[in-house]
Amino acid sequence: MSKKKAPLSTWTRRDVLKASAASTAIAGAPMFFSRHAYGADFLNNPGDGKTVTLGFNVPQSGAYADEGADELRAYQLAVEHLNGEGDGGMMNTMQPSALKGNGILGKKVEYVTGDTQTKSDAARASAKRMIEKDGVVMVTGGSSSGVAIAVQNLCQETGIIFMAGLTHSNDTTGKDKKANGFRHFFNGYMSGAALGPVLEKAYGKDRRTYHLTADYTWGWTQEQSIIASTENIGWTTEQKVMTPVGAGDFSQYIAPILNSDADTLVLNHYGKDMINSLTQSIQFGLRDKQKNGKDFQIIVPLYSRLMAQGAGENVKGIYGSTNWHWSLQDEGSKAFVKSFGAKYGNPPSQAAHTCYVQTLLYADAAERAGTFEPCQIVSALEGHKFDGTGNGPTEYRAEDHQCFKDVLVVKGKDNPSSQFDLLEVVEVTPRAQVEYAPDHEMFAGGDLGSCNNGA
Amino acid sequence: MNKSAISDWVLFFGFAAAILTMPVWLAPFGANYPDLMQKFAIFGVFAIGFNILFGLTGYLSFGHAAFLGVGSYTVVWSYKLLTMNIIPGIIFAVIVSGIFAFLIGYVSLRRSGIYFSILTLAFAQMSYNLAYSVLTPITNGETGLQLTLSDPRILDSMAGVAVTNSVPNPSVFGIKTSGLPGFYICAVVLIIGFFIALRITRSPFGMMLKAIKSNQTRMAYTGFNTRPYLLWAFVISGMYAGLAGGLLAVTDPLAGAERMQWTASGEVVLMTILGGVGTLVGPVIGAVVIKYFENIFSSFNKSELHQVFAALPDGLENVVVSVTSMFVGKGWHLTLGLMFMIVVIFLPGGIMEGVRRVGRLFGIGKPKTLKPASVATTEQGQANG
Repeated sequence: MSKKKAPLSTWTRRDVLKASAASTAIAGAPMFFSRHAYGADFLNNPGDGKTVTLGFNVPQSGAYADEGADELRAYQLAVEHLNGEGDGGMMNTMQPSALKGNGILGKKVEYVTGDTQTKSDAARASAKRMIEKDGVVMVTGGSSSGVAIAVQNLCQETGIIFMAGLTHSNDTTGKDKKANGFRHFFNGYMSGAALGPVLEKAYGKDRRTYHLTADYTWGWTQEQSIIASTENIGWTTEQKVMTPVGAGDFSQYIAPILNSDADTLVLNHYGKDMINSLTQSIQFGLRDKQKNGKDFQIIVPLYSRLMAQGAGENVKGIYGSTNWHWSLQDEGSKAFVKSFGAKYGNPPSQAAHTCYVQTLLYADAAERAGTFEPCQIVSALEGHKFDGTGNGPTEYRAEDHQCFKDVLVVKGKDNPSSQFDLLEVVEVTPRAQVEYAPDHEMFAGGDLGSCNNGA
Repeated sequence: MNKSAISDWVLFFGFAAAILTMPVWLAPFGANYPDLMQKFAIFGVFAIGFNILFGLTGYLSFGHAAFLGVGSYTVVWSYKLLTMNIIPGIIFAVIVSGIFAFLIGYVSLRRSGIYFSILTLAFAQMSYNLAYSVLTPITNGETGLQLTLSDPRILDSMAGVAVTNSVPNPSVFGIKTSGLPGFYICAVVLIIGFFIALRITRSPFGMMLKAIKSNQTRMAYTGFNTRPYLLWAFVISGMYAGLAGGLLAVTDPLAGAERMQWTASGEVVLMTILGGVGTLVGPVIGAVVIKYFENIFSSFNKSELHQVFAALPDGLENVVVSVTSMFVGKGWHLTLGLMFMIVVIFLPGGIMEGVRRVGRLFGIGKPKTLKPASVATTEQGQANG
């Protein structure tokens, strides 16, 4: 505590004017010198350097942290394979492939990581660090569509390629699509389209659904997609309730379901949220109930093996959809599962798969384009058709930068043979059934804009 | 001019010089990239404003993030509706957050001490939940408010700004406000904010606030009505927070509800305490330290640690890396918690007290050793982290 008496009014108007003029001059000077700091023809051009850096931006904390950790493992594996270390994984099965196993365009691949905290602000700060400080040519990651869309916008604004990781909202390649952003993962519409016929076969034409939905872009669009699909088979929608992401305790949302007329609960939740809401629903005895003369059923439209592992016994017999599953028997999947398992001792999740494939696809596009320039990579990826990455023949549609491929409908196994063998593939829905027009009403309102090189 | 006025000038120009030369002296720390320096300056503004309330009057508000969020939303809406020029948005952000602070302050300041803190926390949490789910049409909920091609931007279209195929960037008279220019804009605002805070602290009004802190009852007995002073201090610091929130949207045109979360309110309290409550420079130092940890420490991963400790023998290297990796990457909170514990226990006046002690060490020559951190604090720090 200072005992000194503070001077009360010793500043004249002239002093203030002088001070403000001086500080303006000091502040303005550096701006004058630094406006054209980037001389390269595109942002973060590695030029003649021996290395190229990729940015892996995943949630390491929050409701989606498990998925983030698995994504990071997949990215590290992809970097190893690109640099010619390890057994090469899908590099040997991807068709066509320009990858040589000597890095990308002869430059050794390095990477930086960041924690998105599943928050848009933190994710953008972390992506900006990668772009401004570490000089990455590509940012990839996700595990929350809100974050993926925010980072995709950032990459569009700054002129960096964004290869979306796990993001399932229709908006990522719908109303928020961007020229510099690409998504390999499937989306809510595809889940709905794939699940509809299977649900009809399993549960009939007359059901009343109750939706619990994560309150952000992914939850909203998935709920919309599932409702469209289930109402198409004659089901009715009883109620839709929004829940905050990372709520932890869902009991207050589950109790009212018991008092409603609904006989089917749709959990539009993911990650730890899904584990908690499903476990609590089972604890409340929902699945033992009879409603409208039918057994009460639960559906989890977006499933993952990591979540099934977290929810344990509770997933038995519950339907959902997934982008990929490690039990698939095609060459690409087998090669990937083998090298992932050898390195980490457990099979990869669908999040790991999509992130791994995205990294290879980026590297392949750069090889084919012969440069890291974003606009060239965009044209190399647009309309690109490939196979051997676990999903059968796949195409990056030029109109919205969404991959089109088969979708898996899965069900929790009744008698799992191991701690990883939790889901069985009920049906592989062919691409034609889940495809939609680029201007479909659930995806309308966006514009890719033009690609941005950032310089 | 008397002696303390001169020392104020020295302080002010020293501060201004330190802020403006950040791109140079932050280079050895790996922190001289625009986004992080912008965060330093913006959260510096936030912490300086918070200190006007907490440092001068002693009223601990746990809800200042609400004003930060209001500022951000206001600026983004100004982009969407009016113009991509940042000036109207910034002005609106300060005004709107000021009004917001007046309303919350008017109610909260009926109580003092812990009750005041809880009231502000409640209001902030209420604002957060409103922004998160109830007011989704205004705030776009969890996804965050973002710019789109189809925004009206009335003033821009009246001025005949050509509509292109990409979302326009915020600017101030043709200068883009991202990157390094964005940092200098934030830096100038921070310096002006610092100057105003300096004048407030030295003014009769500032004396009143300090008197409230030392003994509010005595103030009341001598015939002063303290509430208007408190309310003004609350509104001013709310305006600073709104300004900081606005600057966040200036450097990055996006506003999300998480800016209003209680953790964000807690963060500014930490910044102020870490740097030194009631000091002018302390809150800024606290903001820099915390943002540095959040952005740099969280980015270290194991392979980088292996590079750092590559000189050690293999077995030892693995042990060292696995121990240190607990404190970096996602464990950065742990490091921050530790540091916070150490500062609060050994330097109750924050980092500024440390600076003063070191100054005394050299200036007056009275040797005074700092106690080293003991193992006990390490454990407490972990519990805190």
